[in-house]
Amino acid sequence: MATRWRCCRRSAVARLAIAEPLDVRLLDKGFSVGEALAGFNAAHGAAGGVVSFLGKVRPDGDVKALELTHYEPLTLPGMQELAEAAFARFGLDGALVWHRVGVMTPGESIVLVATAARHRRDAFAAVDFLMDHLKSASWLWKRERRDDGWHWIEPREDDRKDLARWQ
Amino acid sequence: MAVRVVYLGKLQDVAGRPESEFSSSSGDLDWPDLVEVLRNHVNEDVADAVCDPRNKIAVNGQIQSDRESLVFKHGDEVALLPPVSGG
Repeated sequence: MATRWRCCRRSAVARLAIAEPLDVRLLDKGFSVGEALAGFNAAHGAAGGVVSFLGKVRPDGDVKALELTHYEPLTLPGMQELAEAAFARFGLDGALVWHRVGVMTPGESIVLVATAARHRRDAFAAVDFLMDHLKSASWLWKRERRDDGWHWIEPREDDRKDLARWQ
Repeated sequence: MAVRVVYLGKLQDVAGRPESEFSSSSGDLDWPDLVEVLRNHVNEDVADAVCDPRNKIAVNGQIQSDRESLVFKHGDEVALLPPVSGG
């Protein structure tokens, strides 16, 4: 008695499902950059180029941890609007915008942004645009734990100047 | 009527709590009432912070551009949002 197996073709590695054209997430746990980018690349097979930026917690001085807080009614909807603005402005095929919240330690990933476009310049510019806005125009608040306790991080003048480039 | 006030970022430290709930038996609360309630029931620093234009105000998830003409209704959630720092 032979058992008959019905089977279907599968790729060798199960890929992370990526929403198209925009995949925007707030994550309260660490994520795999490799899986995210593999999924994003697979979702945009027709793009001429994919550019990505990974922001990490810097091991500066006595920084032991960094905490990002958000406000549920505003933060994710704001990130979604930002991704839509980048999509329209740079004529993207797609974008991935993932931001961590919660407590992170030096070396951990905070933010991953990837864009897919027909041509590389649009993809580069869109990542730059997305990062400038995530840093100083998204509803996120950052504090650091140092030897003497927690300190809120104030927005820097440079961040405001970076943002003004796009206005 | 009751409104909830949520303190974000460093305003949480200024207020010494993540949120407050205020109830009033004398009808709707307007902006001067809210500032007064914060001054009397939380502290001076929070009352000053809500009037500082660098701190934004959201009501039920909508950013408000004209805070001084706000009138709050029962069940409103008012968020006090200091300057952001993400990425």
